[in-house]
Amino acid sequence: MKKKFFALMMAMVMALGLAACGGNDTSTTDDGGSDSTESTGTAFKIGVIGPMTGGAAIYGTCVANSAQIAVDEINALGGDIQFELLAPADDVNDAETSVNAYNNLMDQGMQILVGTVTTQPGLSVFPLTNDDRVFTITPSASGDDCIENNDTVFQICFTDSNQGSRSAQYINEHFPDAKIGIIYKNDEQYSIGIRNNFVAEAETRGMDIVYEGTFAEANQTDFNVQLTAAQSAGADLLFLPIYYTPASAILTQANAMGYAPTFFGVDGMDGILTADNFDASLAEGVYLLTPFSADAEDELTQNFVSKYQEAYGEIPNQFGADAYDAIYTLYQAIQAAGVTADMATEDICDALIEVMPTISVTGLTSAGSEMTWDENGAVSKDPTAVIIENGTYVTP
Amino acid sequence: MEFLSYLITGISLGSIYAIIALGYTMVYGIAKMLNFAHGDVIMVGGYVSFYVTIFAGNNLLGEDPSALATGAVALVSVLLAMAVCTVLGVVIEGLAYRPLRQAGSLAVLITAIGVSYFLQNAAQLLFGANPKNFTPIVSGQLTLFGGQLRISYVALLTIVACVVIMLGLTAFTGKSRMGKAMRACSEDRGAAQLMGINVNATISMTFAIGSALAAVAGVLLCSYSPVLQPTTGSMPGIKAFTAAVFGGIGSIPGAFLGGLLLGIIEALAQAYISTQLSNSILFAVLIVVLLVKPSGLLGKYVPEKV
Repeated sequence: MKKKFFALMMAMVMALGLAACGGNDTSTTDDGGSDSTESTGTAFKIGVIGPMTGGAAIYGTCVANSAQIAVDEINALGGDIQFELLAPADDVNDAETSVNAYNNLMDQGMQILVGTVTTQPGLSVFPLTNDDRVFTITPSASGDDCIENNDTVFQICFTDSNQGSRSAQYINEHFPDAKIGIIYKNDEQYSIGIRNNFVAEAETRGMDIVYEGTFAEANQTDFNVQLTAAQSAGADLLFLPIYYTPASAILTQANAMGYAPTFFGVDGMDGILTADNFDASLAEGVYLLTPFSADAEDELTQNFVSKYQEAYGEIPNQFGADAYDAIYTLYQAIQAAGVTADMATEDICDALIEVMPTISVTGLTSAGSEMTWDENGAVSKDPTAVIIENGTYVTP
Repeated sequence: MEFLSYLITGISLGSIYAIIALGYTMVYGIAKMLNFAHGDVIMVGGYVSFYVTIFAGNNLLGEDPSALATGAVALVSVLLAMAVCTVLGVVIEGLAYRPLRQAGSLAVLITAIGVSYFLQNAAQLLFGANPKNFTPIVSGQLTLFGGQLRISYVALLTIVACVVIMLGLTAFTGKSRMGKAMRACSEDRGAAQLMGINVNATISMTFAIGSALAAVAGVLLCSYSPVLQPTTGSMPGIKAFTAAVFGGIGSIPGAFLGGLLLGIIEALAQAYISTQLSNSILFAVLIVVLLVKPSGLLGKYVPEKV
């Protein structure tokens, strides 16, 4: 009897555990979907992969929403080119889940991938898109390895090497005497990549790096030691090539210690103002390198931000802007290549790869300049840095 | 001065480990089982305190609450967290462990791991996987030596709380009736029962105290490192378990000493050797201690008669 009861208990615990694991699958289809698909039946099937739940969910959901806005706009033009956005696939920022998400989308007949949103899952998915010859445009997977050896993959965001060296350039120009401390995550390719390129650029410019500290997934909530060390090394500018969740812990703990250097983040810092229950006043004066500011006055940005706010009740972040640009880039590339939705996926892919280095796109994230791509898939555009003032991004 | 501030970081981190380790060690000493769900009770305590604070901030406190009001809210949130965790601890014990009292220790161990995963996933379902930023229950720092040394009030509070808890527990187990019953159960459960001690009630009480301590540890942990997510308790839980073994599992002063030493070793290893290797160094020290003194620093060696 006892044994039976025990077995039953265990089974229950396991079943509940599994149920809880699966509970976060987002199979929700976004509202306001494209209604044009029924009319033509020849729409390009586009898949989005990104973290819709978990620590990086804010990026994935914004990418999916923004892609939807762009797709709806293009479909509303009523031209020959129509898009059908498949339900966004959740990868929880995890490589293995991402591969499953990709296979799932392929089963649904995906022809073009807009994803992945983050680098680490991308490193597992992009070799597959390369083998399957699926044209891939990633809004925000910025790792250099994402495009290396994968000729099907093009980036809308800067590569990490670009982010690192551009940050060093910006800091050198605006804070010439800064004593720089760096805290980065040494088990995440994104963070390591930016840090390496930052340090390389800083060395050639003769900048003064006084402290480097690391952390890993297992201890990404406690930074007291690193901050104390940075403080006693005299760092007055802290470069944080990390995502906003650990960054929010750093800002809180630095504040508790009474350590107030200038914080400088990259695109992963985007989202810090919307972190759950984060005291946004701590982020005042934080710099971040981002190609998109929701306050920009140009018509393109205003149109996008107001549509996004209307549909989702939030201000979109840079990842959303990247996704919006990704869809428009795709639109322009398809126009240039003259491919149609009834062609085979690999033919579409080859034709698009051919035209990508020849087109130039003006988008939300190009800061008034034009985006162009090299044959590897890396984008070239102007970077801008913003500073957080009164809870919004302001161009300094 | 740097060394001093690393040391204080280490002591306050170690104090949190010590409070958690006290829960491990008491349960082990009395029920002779490893309650691996202990770390996740910490997480539950953190969430309760988090939501109480949010609720009070939105509904009870005005725009600009006085220091007294925020202090009162912090205190109430801690007390509520303790209450919820106490109930949770007793319920876990009653539902998951009591039916296995006569079963082999392996079965209980696996059940504890199951409960741990259950709590983590239930928290993910209830509160979502998104990390929350915990508002520390006290803010600000103490400045000494003309600004050379800064100690956050959270660190001080943690250290004070740990010492108070440890002294209180020692007095409780040493002097009170219930404490004597606990010691009797830990020495010989069968004999204690024959002497008229209600063993089940005593074990429930142990879980209640351990879980209330876990709630305190949860609030302090989240004030110290302000990111709260369903897995918040697992790593500190493992480290506190290590601390309990390090100090000699079953011994209350041992858990205290083990926790403090572990925190200090971790902080100094991070500061002077390598942030990447700090965990490896920590566990290497544990191995060395256990090789030299298999029952831990303050543990009693009890020969087993066959």
